[in-house]
Amino acid sequence: MREGARGWLGIAGVLAIGLVLTFALTERYHHRILTLVFLWAAMGLAWNIISGYAGQISFGHQAFFGIGAYTTVLLAAKLKLTPWLGMFAGAGVAMLAAVLIGTPTFRLAGIYFGLATLAYPLIFRIVMDYLGFQEVAIPMVRDHPILFMQFEDPRAFDLLALALLAATLVLSRLIEGSRLGYSLRAIKENEQAALAMGVDAFRCKMAAYALSAAPAALAGAIYAHAILFVVTPEAVFGVLVIVQTLVVCLVGGVGTLWGPVIGAAIMIPVSEILDSTVGDRLPGIQGVVYGAALMAIMMFAPEGLFWRLRRRRPVSTPSAAAAEAAPADLESTSAAAPARPGSVLLDVRGVSKAFLGLQALSEISFDVRQGEVLGIIGPNGAGKTTLFNVLNGFLLAEDGEVRWEGEAITGLPPHAVCRRGVGRTFQVVRFFPHLTVHENVIVGAFAHGGTPAAAAALARAALARVGLGARGDVLPPGLTTLELRLMELARCLATRPRLVLLDEPLAGLSKDGVEIMSAMIRRVRADGVTVVIIEHTVQALVKIADRLVVLDHGRRLAEGAPGDVTRDPAVIEAYLGKRWLARHAATHAADLRP
Amino acid sequence: MHASELAQYVVTGLLVGGVYALMSIGLALIFGVMRVVNFAQGDFMMLGMYLTYFYAMSFHVDPLLGALLTLPPFFLLGLLVHRVFLARVTGGGDPNREMDAQLILTLGLSLVITNATTMILSPMPRGINAPYASRAFAAGPLLLNQARSYAFLMALALAAAMYALLTRTDLGRALRAAADDPEAAGYQGIDVRVMHGTAFGLGIALVAAAGGLLATYHPIEPNVAVNFIVLMFVAVVLGGLGSIPGAFVGGLVIGLVQSLTLLLLPLQLQNVGVFVTFLLVLYVRPQGLFGRRARAV
Repeated sequence: MREGARGWLGIAGVLAIGLVLTFALTERYHHRILTLVFLWAAMGLAWNIISGYAGQISFGHQAFFGIGAYTTVLLAAKLKLTPWLGMFAGAGVAMLAAVLIGTPTFRLAGIYFGLATLAYPLIFRIVMDYLGFQEVAIPMVRDHPILFMQFEDPRAFDLLALALLAATLVLSRLIEGSRLGYSLRAIKENEQAALAMGVDAFRCKMAAYALSAAPAALAGAIYAHAILFVVTPEAVFGVLVIVQTLVVCLVGGVGTLWGPVIGAAIMIPVSEILDSTVGDRLPGIQGVVYGAALMAIMMFAPEGLFWRLRRRRPVSTPSAAAAEAAPADLESTSAAAPARPGSVLLDVRGVSKAFLGLQALSEISFDVRQGEVLGIIGPNGAGKTTLFNVLNGFLLAEDGEVRWEGEAITGLPPHAVCRRGVGRTFQVVRFFPHLTVHENVIVGAFAHGGTPAAAAALARAALARVGLGARGDVLPPGLTTLELRLMELARCLATRPRLVLLDEPLAGLSKDGVEIMSAMIRRVRADGVTVVIIEHTVQALVKIADRLVVLDHGRRLAEGAPGDVTRDPAVIEAYLGKRWLARHAATHAADLRP
Repeated sequence: MHASELAQYVVTGLLVGGVYALMSIGLALIFGVMRVVNFAQGDFMMLGMYLTYFYAMSFHVDPLLGALLTLPPFFLLGLLVHRVFLARVTGGGDPNREMDAQLILTLGLSLVITNATTMILSPMPRGINAPYASRAFAAGPLLLNQARSYAFLMALALAAAMYALLTRTDLGRALRAAADDPEAAGYQGIDVRVMHGTAFGLGIALVAAAGGLLATYHPIEPNVAVNFIVLMFVAVVLGGLGSIPGAFVGGLVIGLVQSLTLLLLPLQLQNVGVFVTFLLVLYVRPQGLFGRRARAV
């Protein structure tokens, strides 16, 4: 909550400084620069919602800016509608456009999304030209100037732009602290992990896109009235619009409220003053300055000024001693709860999956019963992780069916599987590197909605449960392998699963680490959560699993109690080969390793 | 409409598409080897046009030859730009963020080049009066503009030479190895950084030469880059980001689409056809028509 209070205080600070400048400046030209600073900061913040928080770089955000400007001005020119209403109509049209554009475009990831967004403003530009709107002048209304946003006093435009900036800051701040904000940041950091934690990535991106289109459209409308007076496709859909947006965001820093404000406060006055002093003789000076700024920031401070300055500040790290001590209290609850022979929770029937002819899974069938720990073992390439990817919805099986408490969940997207109560972890821990440990777990805690406060509390409880209570404020790269695995488990538990799929939770751990993790898994089961574990070392698994399923080359080789399975000649052969089997035929192989 | 009229549109489209193809393979080469989407590609094309113009005005060099003479200086310029700028934001980071950084860097470079050119050479459009620009070959009922025909043939020859370089020489093999798996290439003694620089130099040289060919029939002005960079993106995405033959075919397709759009839509809307094709390809086959791997998932 500390961070939150600071955020609101900062917004109040920006508003206060803005007001002071509005009333302190006297020259008309200075007011123009001030209006532009507010407008581009607001436009930058709008872009920041989709591209900063969610990491979906949009090179076509001027589409919404232009839609806002054109809608407002055309409504005033053709229908005599006051821009005070027209600009909200423009925002509405822009949000609708965002939904229409986003629906197909968010099927594309990364660079493809960015390239596709390039096309939209170009199309709008050509179409506006074609429709005969090459130049739309704002109609002068002499009897109701204020009703038509035509102010004599330049301070009025300052205030209007400042109001938009403040509103966009508030919107951004609300998003930051909400479920949507956590989801967006999780998508940016690791989309697969976000999906597995119940984040509906597509809907979140769409929401962010629509929310970012509205302030962009309002900025366009105000820009048209304060600066342009005559709207042209080039002026509102042109390259310079997106360039200025990118410049203020990237110079200031993305993914934060303050980056675009800082970037606008620096870059807009510099470019405006250059333009007015030497712009006549050197017509491209603004472009050169913006271009040079983009290049310089990418080469010397790619994270932007805000993050660069913040990194300089010493960050207090909670003592590592607390974390060292924490796992000790697990031992008390590590006694395995009696295995209740439960009903069938997950029923896997004849699942097959092939990759370009390689049969990764062929007709795998088994069931998972309420309250058990089921181990899935097999040599490398046996199809274990592929099986998990099918179970949690990352991959679509070609054949077969997965039933969760009798309901077919085959083909459901990962977030829906997660919300039904199936959590998972990954072979290589997939964390959100720029979110603290606590925030990582909050992403999981939001799986079933709830207030931010409730999610934060749930996340704290989950961290305490795995013994990481003292490490909440650390960023994941500062954790040990064991702590990372515990954090991922906590994040998974925070989704309140009834079944967890653990992908090699013991891999890369020391002997003590294996002990702690094994105790943790027993504890999870004791709390009533069913567990399915993949391992390829059998030794550790034999001690925690009630039953084992053995996979080899995508087939189910054996199933049964650990003792029986590890004595099965077919299993021994899969792990150690025929010759080994011939030589040690009679040997007990409980400690076999690949 | 007569079949011959349709054939005329197809031929015109293909002739223009040949030059698009050449500029696009430069972009595809840079993306294929370096994973860099070079926003400044159009600006190097524009500079190639100016250099060809300079050769023609100062030394009376025919623009078709002038286009070839842009290759060496632009290769060196590419090496320099890579060394001074791009190499600084490559290597050791999260690949996605690195890609964003390179993209923004080349966007900045593009702005600087366009606007500095405007400042230094004025925004006034110029043209090279090639005698063959206004003549045409007659092939039955079809008319083939001579400048476009020569440019097409030169573009084809340069693209073929590039393809031979990539597939038949040790340098080409090293470039492709660096593209496929930089780490493994490094273990084989290939200096990946040098390969990146080479790819960037070659890519820039190709697009500059394409600019020179374009200059035989297209006005030369600082702002010309904006229109062409988008066409190049479309061609390269169409061909599957990073595939050289794909980009070549993509360039031809763009020429065709532009030309055939004229049959359906007024001239002003010519590029709407291109952009709509672009979006359709992205939605339907984001890996491109010839892309091997679906990187868009």
